[in-house]
Amino acid sequence: MSATMHTVYVPRDAAALSVGAEEVAAAIRAEATKRGLPLRIVRNGSRGMLWLEPLVEVETAEGRVAYGPVSAEDVPGLFDAGFLQGAEHALGHGLTEAIPYFAKQERLTFARCGIIDPLSVEDYRLHGGFRGLERALAMTPAEIVAEVTESGLRGRGGAGFPTGIKWNTVLNAWADQKYICCNADEGDSGTFADRMIMEGDPFCLIEGMTIAAIAVGATEGYIYIRSEYPHAVATMREAIRLAYDEKWLGDAIHGTAHRFHLDVRVGAGAYICGEETSMLESLEGKRGTVRAKPPLPALEGLFGKPTVVNNVLSLTSVPVILDKGAAYYRDFGVGRSRGTLAFQLAGNIKHGGIVEKAFGVTLHELLYEFGGGTITGRPIRAVQAGGPLGAYLPPSLFDLPKDYEAFAAVEAMVGHGGIVVFDDGVDMARQARFAMEFCAAESCGKCTPCRIGAVRGVEVMDRIIAGQNVAANVTLLQDLCEVMTDGSLCAMGGMTPIPVRSALKHFPEDFTRSPTAVAAE
Amino acid sequence: MNARSPWNAERAAAIVEANRHLRGNLLPILHALQEEFGCIDEDAVPLLASELNLSRADVHGVVSFYHEFRRTRPGRHTIKVCRAEACQSMNADGLIDHIRRRLKVNFHETTADDAFTLEPVFCLGNCALAPAMMVDETLHGRVSPGRFDSIAASTLAAEAAR
Repeated sequence: MSATMHTVYVPRDAAALSVGAEEVAAAIRAEATKRGLPLRIVRNGSRGMLWLEPLVEVETAEGRVAYGPVSAEDVPGLFDAGFLQGAEHALGHGLTEAIPYFAKQERLTFARCGIIDPLSVEDYRLHGGFRGLERALAMTPAEIVAEVTESGLRGRGGAGFPTGIKWNTVLNAWADQKYICCNADEGDSGTFADRMIMEGDPFCLIEGMTIAAIAVGATEGYIYIRSEYPHAVATMREAIRLAYDEKWLGDAIHGTAHRFHLDVRVGAGAYICGEETSMLESLEGKRGTVRAKPPLPALEGLFGKPTVVNNVLSLTSVPVILDKGAAYYRDFGVGRSRGTLAFQLAGNIKHGGIVEKAFGVTLHELLYEFGGGTITGRPIRAVQAGGPLGAYLPPSLFDLPKDYEAFAAVEAMVGHGGIVVFDDGVDMARQARFAMEFCAAESCGKCTPCRIGAVRGVEVMDRIIAGQNVAANVTLLQDLCEVMTDGSLCAMGGMTPIPVRSALKHFPEDFTRSPTAVAAE
Repeated sequence: MNARSPWNAERAAAIVEANRHLRGNLLPILHALQEEFGCIDEDAVPLLASELNLSRADVHGVVSFYHEFRRTRPGRHTIKVCRAEACQSMNADGLIDHIRRRLKVNFHETTADDAFTLEPVFCLGNCALAPAMMVDETLHGRVSPGRFDSIAASTLAAEAAR
């Protein structure tokens, strides 16, 4: 019996836990004890190959070897087969980083996610962590802002606004107090990248926010995390505590005169709080109603002070930009969409997970080369790209490159990079109805087109689905969509028509089925 | 397991005190109260209004705005089942029908034995392993009707074992 200490990785990511990672870790520990094998279990983040979760990795001389999806019952068999030496097994996939899904990616933002122990500052440092911040500490605020501007980074929350320009506005605003607010209210169905990086590489977010703070002269920051993410909340809070302990946060960051204090705030189940001004209201302890713009949050944001509001993925892309330089990041991507985006393959997809690729990758590559088609084995009929306010796209548009402008040209959006896949069982009229129903449930109620329009939208869709006076009701629906688009205060009411109109445009046959045909189903 | 302590004004005042220093402290306080009492008790509204120098209408407005804050105590366990698009694509509607029949409740209701409160949720961030649900703070993926039954049963068994 070998007395060598083996290292085994079992993810602590919420998705891995949702399919039994905790039980697997316990089974491995118990089995190792039973066999008298010294073993170290690291609870890492997820590698993002979620269909393989729980994905257990074993450290070998050649690199980490992957086994998955592992259940607790598989564990004795894995020991018997010699998985601690990286031996072959029915669940084995060889070296993790040689798995094509992983090997074909361009991991900049997610470079460490799934590799390191998320709550080890030492591990983070060993894998290049805090190098971007160290460089920023030696730069002037204007130089940092220029670096981010030159990288071409655009807001990853969905709107795609250039991050450097936003930072510059805050830098040049005069105030006694400025804030950095991270929007981690990741409410879009089909998206989970924010959650994964907060659970798998939380120091990366802390580093990105600290760089932002130094760049604009802010000394306080908040991470607003949705209450549906208890694991991410716990991991971020613990990481912040550790960062304070090691002087990466606080009054003298890394022994310099820079000061930055960071806190986590938890949402309370309101989708609208992902809208930046609504999030600011919520952070102030109020109802999450949308504010009219202007004033921009960059000038009058949290508590009326100049505020940077950035998405998790924007802020976690900043450390690599500062570490490796603007040009390195900008060299990825196409057109005005520079760098990479962590695409999220979700819904009815065989190989769901995170695919970080440079902009320009096509939907077809993502859905078939990475995703492997549907899990049900039926043809893909539609995908919804960019969350519940994103367009439904048919296979004829799957050659579209993922690029902010190319998507905008077909009235679609890249958004936060989520892609939800539906097979041919989907009823697009029902999906259009749901878009309106969701808006009715989640509207903040401040503006009439959204608050009333969404309710009327559900009613009109019900009549269309029932086959009542369909042509006239479709005209009415189009009118309603126009009012909501042009008259709403924010993207909630303004973009709810996008899934509705795209369903109507690309799948008209689902809206004109006779009531008898519907009844017969 | 949900905490469901009866209302206690002293305990509530201590929670307010512990969070008073935070800026924008109303949401953190409401979360802490709900964690202690299982809901935002009717008596919490005038207490918060007077302690935080707000009107009762302000406090009520915030409590009622957010889906997460409850006005009545839940059952011993809360089941949040996702009804957003990614889960829809994997027949979340069928799962929800099964859960409703099995527990004999609709959304926002508690089972007759007080064991489970069923709540809808829009996205749990487990969209690649749909359909998803959360029992208390434990996330579950690839939830089939059969898997739901065994999760519900093991939740009750774990409770009985304590």
